Amino acid sequence: MTPDLIYGLTGIAVFAIGLVGALCAQDRLRRVLALKLCSVGAGFLLVVGAWRTPSAAPDPVPHALVITGIVVMVSATAVALALIRRLKSLEAEDDD
Amino acid sequence: MMIDPLTLSIFVPLFGAILTFVFPRVATVSALLAVLGTCGAVFVLALKILAAGEVLVPLGGWAPPLGITLRADGLSVAMLAMTALVGLLVSLGALESLRDLRQRQYFWPLWLLLLTGMNGVYLSTDLFNLYVMIEVIALGAVGLTVLSGTREAVRAGLEYMYASILGALLFLMGVGFIYLQIGRLDFAGLIAAEASGATSAALALMVVGLLLKTALFPLHFWLPAAHANATAPASALLSGLVVKAALYIFLRLSTYMPLPDETLVTLIGALGAGAVLWGGVQALRTERLKLLVAWSTVVQIGLIFIAFARAGQAGLTESWKAAAVLILAHGMAKAAMFLAAGRIKDEVGHDRIADLDKSEIRPTLAQFTFAIAAISLIGLPPSLGFIGKWSLMEGAMAAGYWHWVAVTMIGTLMSVAYFSRVFAGFLRFDRMRGELSEHKGWALADVAPLTLAAAAISLGLMAAPILSFIELGYPFGAAP
Amino acid sequence: MTETPFLPLFILLTSLLASPILFALPESAARLRTGINLGVAALKVALVAWLGWKVSQGVIYDVSFTMLPGLEFKLQADPLAILFISLSAILWLITTVYSVGYLERGPHRARFFGFFSLCVAATVGIAMAGNLFTFLIFYELLTLATYPLVIHRGTAEALRAGRIYLIYTLAGGLVLLLGTLALWVLAGTTDFSPGGVLDQVVTENRLAAQMLFVVLVGAVGVKAALVPFHAWLPIAMVAPAPVSALLHAVAVVKAGAFGIMRVVYEVFGIETAQALGMTAPLAAMAAITILYGSLKAITQDDIKKRLAYSTVSQVSYITLGVALASPIAAIGALAHLIHQGLMKITMFMAAGNLAEGLGVKKVSQMDGVGRAMPGTMLAFSTAALAMIGLPPLAGFVSKWYLAQGGLDAGAGWVIALLLGSSLLNALYFLPMLHRAWFRDGKEQDGDAPAKQRIGWMLAAPPITTALMVLAVGGFANAPFSPLEWTRFVVAIEYQE
Repeated sequence: MTPDLIYGLTGIAVFAIGLVGALCAQDRLRRVLALKLCSVGAGFLLVVGAWRTPSAAPDPVPHALVITGIVVMVSATAVALALIRRLKSLEAEDDD
Repeated sequence: MMIDPLTLSIFVPLFGAILTFVFPRVATVSALLAVLGTCGAVFVLALKILAAGEVLVPLGGWAPPLGITLRADGLSVAMLAMTALVGLLVSLGALESLRDLRQRQYFWPLWLLLLTGMNGVYLSTDLFNLYVMIEVIALGAVGLTVLSGTREAVRAGLEYMYASILGALLFLMGVGFIYLQIGRLDFAGLIAAEASGATSAALALMVVGLLLKTALFPLHFWLPAAHANATAPASALLSGLVVKAALYIFLRLSTYMPLPDETLVTLIGALGAGAVLWGGVQALRTERLKLLVAWSTVVQIGLIFIAFARAGQAGLTESWKAAAVLILAHGMAKAAMFLAAGRIKDEVGHDRIADLDKSEIRPTLAQFTFAIAAISLIGLPPSLGFIGKWSLMEGAMAAGYWHWVAVTMIGTLMSVAYFSRVFAGFLRFDRMRGELSEHKGWALADVAPLTLAAAAISLGLMAAPILSFIELGYPFGAAP
Repeated sequence: MTETPFLPLFILLTSLLASPILFALPESAARLRTGINLGVAALKVALVAWLGWKVSQGVIYDVSFTMLPGLEFKLQADPLAILFISLSAILWLITTVYSVGYLERGPHRARFFGFFSLCVAATVGIAMAGNLFTFLIFYELLTLATYPLVIHRGTAEALRAGRIYLIYTLAGGLVLLLGTLALWVLAGTTDFSPGGVLDQVVTENRLAAQMLFVVLVGAVGVKAALVPFHAWLPIAMVAPAPVSALLHAVAVVKAGAFGIMRVVYEVFGIETAQALGMTAPLAAMAAITILYGSLKAITQDDIKKRLAYSTVSQVSYITLGVALASPIAAIGALAHLIHQGLMKITMFMAAGNLAEGLGVKKVSQMDGVGRAMPGTMLAFSTAALAMIGLPPLAGFVSKWYLAQGGLDAGAGWVIALLLGSSLLNALYFLPMLHRAWFRDGKEQDGDAPAKQRIGWMLAAPPITTALMVLAVGGFANAPFSPLEWTRFVVAIEYQE
């Protein structure tokens, strides 16, 4: 097994774990975290893919993809968290 | 220096979004100006396309693969024009219906952000750009979903957010794999690339992500609640326009990178058939008007995918024409229908289908609008929806795909059945107590949906020029 | 000779454009609405008369524009179209007068007259459609325009009837769409052309052509109330009287019968249809419908239901005349298209008057109504006797030609069928006349509903159409009579 294969499989595994969590988890927060895990897996894969035999510099374009992905994910997570908080307070109101 | 209309149609709504957010006092005026400006840009662009066939603009003068190039052809301008027209009329309809201050404050920036994203999708020529744009759309769309602030809306919006993030991640993975495989992300690179197992896997990832975003059965689970619980103008935008963006990307991708196997095409058609049947059953069972309209969107999306599947690989061009017409028809008719449903709900005070006939107030103009929008969605002549259905069935019949003909016909009958549930509510009069007064519940806000619905019907008569316009610049890859 | 092609378009637009105006008028603007209604209807009659004159002079009208690549929206004014639009224009004018009287104080008049207008526009479009594609467009429009009229009363019963009506007619429309598509895919054209457009297809793929015939005739047969697709018609009787009158005489069932003519004569061509072996089964279906409708009519006590089953039977005379594939029978069929319209509209308007004036809705309540409403019942009686086929009334003329045609086609059973059917007609109409004229109304329970005076707008229309029934029979051979015009049409369809 070459190192990049190990890394690649790890990335896929992380993505898959996240996917299962996102689809199956009941708790809202857990689902957000599961989606985060997905994005980590995806980013990991791309960074691994950009790796080249040393002495050559890694390909910059996947890195750019990953950075953009991280930025997008941060804002999406923020929106999701805000919605969860909002929902929680709405539900609390209804229960009163 | 003249700025070209492609750049304008992305940046005018973007600046509009910023402006309306920073200066909420003049939000309405500046938003309308931004939408009008976008309409103008699209109009100029349409004239250019008529003259030149296609227009290419390298942003900032950088050529691909390094820079970003915007490209417009007949199909993309048709999508832009539909978006601009629907957007303008929904904006006018929204003037009346957004009473809440908070809603007004946030509606305009979110909607303009959405418009930016959609116009970006229709003009992009590389995968990564598309990824960014669908994320922009997702943020705007989720914001619009939860705008009403009710518990149901927020819950549906959260569900929508999950689906959106997941879809985008799948798409991003696909994009990454494509790059690692062929080293390019622009469409020209995709066309030139040789198909391999790895590119197919990447394509599959992207397609699943897109299907999740466009809500093809069985990935539609998030759609009905999200579209039904938003405020009426937001629902109109979400159902009429937003789902089309992912659909459009799927359309482009499958032209540049044909699906590797006929079985997959059939599978996608089968999912479409599932949407038509399952959505139809749900629309027959649902108790609320807006939910019925939302389920009808699931059905229509399914129909568009049947249009895609029916020609198989051989006649892709023809099948996409049918799909494109269905997309345009659904955009206008569904926006009209959601606005009309919102108007009915406003006037009657609820949207329970079973109790519509108990009301003494019958907003007849909104009901009439709902009915003509339904005519286009059912696909009765001479509407644009009919033209789409005709093209779909014509191709299926010529190719001998009788199963797609059968599914389309069953879907049509089911749509008659579920829409006539609503008509019965409009037209029954023996269950109310008071006097009925004439022409009650007519308002200026009825004008926008009525115009949209009338356009959905009457554009069917202009189908020939529309079809030849869509083909300008050879969007289906049939260039000589 | 081709002239400015816009006259057919004007005729279509008169009622099409009137409809949105009528929708928008407030309920209270009754006088203005009546003015628009009558003005437009009268204008249409004048325009149709002019068009008919021009066409009889040999002018050819053809309006078309391309809707889809290769597919045109096409209006033409051939003599067959003139026959049908003359009927609809004249009867529309008369029914408009009647409706204004009938709905004088009723609710939703704006909606009613809007859809009424739209319904006539659809009929005119069906008549002048130059290809099956255009025919389909107006055929569906007719369904949509008549549905709100059928359920006009807005009761649960009306809505149930409306749902059945909608299911039947839209399913029929969907099958017609399928047939039109198949025709387009097979033949590459959907044009109506005397002699048909399918010769090549027939030689290449006989089975496909036969299936196409079944699909197309079945689709239009739904509106023509051909057994077994007839169930919607008696149920649709919940509609107000003027709507029933229009549905039975001009609009829906006639559109179906007219569609059968177009399909048999101008899509397939009568010789091709015969060569495919499809005319004989069609004739058999028509014969079954004729007998079945009459038999069912005898047992109905509700006047409108009895009339409805009578329509099921009578409209199939038209189909029979087409299916016999003899030019003489064709003359009978086309003449019956007009004659049946005049007779049936008279009877429905008379039935509406009985319900309005005396509250009589059942045959068993009809005792002595002749004395109470002599004008209305005279009109009714004239139409009934004509329907039975008493010479020289309208019904006799069509039956005579059908019988001759039967002999011409070597189908002697037609004579027996017509005699049997006339006997059945007598069996369900004569008891009504007997009760009306020869029984004393007072024998019934004493508290019969109070008699109301009906205005001239209700009284005059049935008498007018009854006079027309007399005229088209008595002066059948005069120039421009329906029969004469029919001969002109048949000469074209049989390419003589």
